[in-house]
Amino acid sequence: MLTALLVMAGIAVVLGAALGYASIRFKVEGDPLVDKIDAILPQTQCGQCGYPGCKPYAQAIANGEADINQCPPGGEEGIRHLADLLGREFKPLSEEHGIEKPKSVAFIDEQTCIGCTLCIQACPVDAIVGAAKQMHTVVEPLCTGCELCLAPCPVDCITMEPVVETVETWKWKYPVIEIRQTA
Amino acid sequence: MIRKLFKFHGGVHPEPHKSESATAAIRPAPMPSELVVPLRQSTRAAARCIVEVGQHVLKGQRIGEAEGKLGTAVHAPTSGEVIAIGDHPMAHPSGLTAPAVHIRPDGLDQWIDLTPFDYDANDRISMLANLRDAGIVGMGGAAFPSHIKLGTGIGIETLVINGAECEPWITCDDRLMRERGNAVIDGAAILAEVIGARRVLIGIEDNKPEAVESMRKAVAEARPALPMDVIAVPSLYPAGGEKQLIRVLTGIEIPHGKLGGEFGVQCFNTGTAHAVHRAVRFGEPLVSRIVTLTGNADTPGNYEVLVGTPIQHLLPLMGPRPDTDRFLLGGPMMGFALTDLSVPIVKGSNCIIAASPTLFPPPPAELPCIRCGECARACPAELQPFELYWFSRSRNFGKAQEYHLFDCIECGCCSYVCPSHIPLVDYYRFAKSEIWARERESAAADQARDRFEFRNYRQEREKTEKAAKLAAKAAETKAKLAETEGVDNKVQVADGSEDPKKALIAAALARAKQQKAAIKPANTDNLPPEAEAEIAEIEARRQKALGGSEPKPLGVLTTDNNGGEDKQS
Amino acid sequence: MIHSPYVRKPASVRAVMGQVLLALLPGVAIYAWIVGAGILVNLAIATVVALAAEAFVLRLRKRPLAPALGDLSAVVTAWLVVLCFPLIVPWWVTTIGVLVAIVAVKHLYGGLGQNPFNPAMVAYCCIIIAYPSLMAQWPPAGELDFQTQLNLIMGGAREIDAVTGATALDAMRTGLRVGEANVAVILEQNAFGAIGGRGYEWIPLGYIIGGLFLLARGIITWHMPVAFISALAAISGALWLVNPDQFASPLFHLATGGAMLAAFFIITDPVSGATTPLGKIIFAAGIGILAYLIRSFGAFPEGIAFAVLLMNMCVPLIDLKTQPAVFGQKRSRVP
Repeated sequence: MLTALLVMAGIAVVLGAALGYASIRFKVEGDPLVDKIDAILPQTQCGQCGYPGCKPYAQAIANGEADINQCPPGGEEGIRHLADLLGREFKPLSEEHGIEKPKSVAFIDEQTCIGCTLCIQACPVDAIVGAAKQMHTVVEPLCTGCELCLAPCPVDCITMEPVVETVETWKWKYPVIEIRQTA
Repeated sequence: MIRKLFKFHGGVHPEPHKSESATAAIRPAPMPSELVVPLRQSTRAAARCIVEVGQHVLKGQRIGEAEGKLGTAVHAPTSGEVIAIGDHPMAHPSGLTAPAVHIRPDGLDQWIDLTPFDYDANDRISMLANLRDAGIVGMGGAAFPSHIKLGTGIGIETLVINGAECEPWITCDDRLMRERGNAVIDGAAILAEVIGARRVLIGIEDNKPEAVESMRKAVAEARPALPMDVIAVPSLYPAGGEKQLIRVLTGIEIPHGKLGGEFGVQCFNTGTAHAVHRAVRFGEPLVSRIVTLTGNADTPGNYEVLVGTPIQHLLPLMGPRPDTDRFLLGGPMMGFALTDLSVPIVKGSNCIIAASPTLFPPPPAELPCIRCGECARACPAELQPFELYWFSRSRNFGKAQEYHLFDCIECGCCSYVCPSHIPLVDYYRFAKSEIWARERESAAADQARDRFEFRNYRQEREKTEKAAKLAAKAAETKAKLAETEGVDNKVQVADGSEDPKKALIAAALARAKQQKAAIKPANTDNLPPEAEAEIAEIEARRQKALGGSEPKPLGVLTTDNNGGEDKQS
Repeated sequence: MIHSPYVRKPASVRAVMGQVLLALLPGVAIYAWIVGAGILVNLAIATVVALAAEAFVLRLRKRPLAPALGDLSAVVTAWLVVLCFPLIVPWWVTTIGVLVAIVAVKHLYGGLGQNPFNPAMVAYCCIIIAYPSLMAQWPPAGELDFQTQLNLIMGGAREIDAVTGATALDAMRTGLRVGEANVAVILEQNAFGAIGGRGYEWIPLGYIIGGLFLLARGIITWHMPVAFISALAAISGALWLVNPDQFASPLFHLATGGAMLAAFFIITDPVSGATTPLGKIIFAAGIGILAYLIRSFGAFPEGIAFAVLLMNMCVPLIDLKTQPAVFGQKRSRVP
């Protein structure tokens, strides 16, 4: 009886020590979950989710403060990926945060622009160049289509232009399976 | 001498259908009323347009400058007037448009001054530049720039000239080798010299005995400096695939993602060799190619066609039969159905096939995959196509890549043999373009993340810098204040902590006022009258644009600040 | 929109399955000639039941009938079920077997191409567990006239212990288990012919002819038959050499039971089998070895069905671990 107890206690001590050591030795730096969530988010940095950027939203999801369906640019596919990652149920995009739109980039009508730099300050990814009293222009490949520059513009000279398909971005479609009803 | 040939795995034997178009000699195609020369000859790179609407150009005059690493020049295929520069449907399965130069021929077909390139008097670098500026690209279909393939000129043992032409129906290389064997051999000799090869192997499928004969004769006549062998290889699709032909002739297998140069062997198409011959010996840039017109047609044949000739202009030459329902560009194994017949011939277009439901019947209904492995036995890339099919179909792209999706050369052998009639290649194309799109998206997302984080960091840094500056200034003012007050009123400084602050604010205010006053006129000071007039004009335009909706031509306006991270003023 | 390739080889699932049926005919003919023409009745019943079941399930699943019925895969399954069963099983046993194969094994897993297990082998295992006595009644070759066979198949009274006996495999196993007899003595019993079961020993010849036809037509590859036969011969040969009194010869093992049917027709089922060249060899060799172990040391006289199912379970792992090198990955330099 005593031997059994001692053996069990010994095992408990050894395993406990091993686990304790492992938790120190293999400690993961940072929160990998936040990075994983952040990797799924589209990095539009538009703030439509209610957080100042994608990383804060990722943080909020990881902390359970935000739901997974608050990101309109990520769309349904993004929600699906988040649901997969977090093992949650898929849910449709929450309407209060916006609707899924085709990918667009901002375009500044240079005839109207007064060079106020407000859009430059609003742009989360520094995709607008220009100086005070100088024409501004959007560097198209850098624009995430967040629309944050639209509101500050005092002369409403910024419009969102849908991204057009070129031979370089064109995609082969999923093969359509024709089930021919021969019966 | 009986040479040892090697085998590649798989392959299929589709009906060759070569005899329809191979019998008649190459004829020149008549000049169309308008030529549409795409500046983008392949999806890889677009040339930069260097002509203007209304400009008169001569045949062979450069109209597009090579741009980017994989760029090559584009030339006017005949003399005439540039009537438009704009988007035009491209020879691409998407049917999307690309910028093109529209030329109305003047009927004179007048060449620019042509000067042959003297390789002996020049070096390799200028030779490669010459080929790039002559617009020489691979003419087997991929239109890969030849000067890139010619590379460093070091370590290439063997030059392979690809005359296999394994796709059914196509005979343009066959006719070229039969009729212009000497030119092809000369081109091959030039390529061999530039690339530094020690032997040349010319591979031709054994279903083209006349071409083999003609080329052997040409080699005998040319007495080339290095050993050149014309080798008949067994007819087995896709023996004309670059890597497959290299394997058959030399036994070397070039893995996916590697270039032949790393293995001491490089491969060029016969058409490319011919174009190199014309470019070097005569100074002629690449402005025409041989195109096979065949299929469900009364008078199939091969034609010398100017680059930029709209395909609809060529169709009467072959006389498509009434039941023709579509036209294929390229061969039936790897080509695609044209969605628009105004698409122009580009440097990589080798064949137009009139297709009819009897010649190319629609595939029977797709049945489930039974994993019979027929596709794996036919695959020249030695893949497991049915596994790739399962993964592509279920959008499991990661797994598809693990099973070497990108080693697939889309030759179509798997779809050809599939007893369940599954369009396997369509699934691989879908999966590949989906993976590419995701890679683009994630690259863009990474970039956006970096830029966002940098911006936040910069704003933070600016804040602290500003604070530091203010603190420094405050200290300075305090010191100054202490000095002046030391003279005026020493008592106040000793016990009054309020007054220096007030003084600071007052000083700042005064400074700001002064600055404002100084800055405001600064921009309009010392301006020449023209500039002032310009400013007034801009103001007026701005007012107008704000007020009215009158459309205006877009002026070319530039910003003077477009580089670096710190764009904010 | 149809994309390239625009030409296709005139191949179809129907043609593949049709040739498999054709290849079964020599074996069936010898069976009918030597053992009893009743097998043809069973084949007919099974064919009808298989097609009816297929049509019924397709209707339930709201799938088009014609392509699936026309591909003949259900008929192949049905024939294989019948050829594994004794000649005189009642019609309802055949029916249950075919229903298990078609409905449960094939369609419940998603239809043609989706089943992880060999349908005929699952059917065999189910029936031998459910009706072991009926599955043990093998009539000696040529001793029942057609009328009797038909009567039994149609569910006639089965007081036929006098005329039915155990298979050669069963007799061998029982004999060896009793422990007093040795192989040579057992082989003198009535059930045995020159190399296998009396009369039955000729049927594998027909299967071999059919199998060679399939090999010549490229429907099956050499890997599986060669690996299976070699493995079975090797393990039985090894034990036979050690103790020829207690273990039957390799020839006996190859000629009895369903060995040849399995070698060319059952294990070569592409859907549930391994697909890579090396995987096929491992898969088939595994079946050969397991089948021998079950025959010699297990609870059932014939072990191939269980061996096939066990190896079916291993197929995903085998395929994963035996992916062949792709072009350029193995011989990148001049050989």
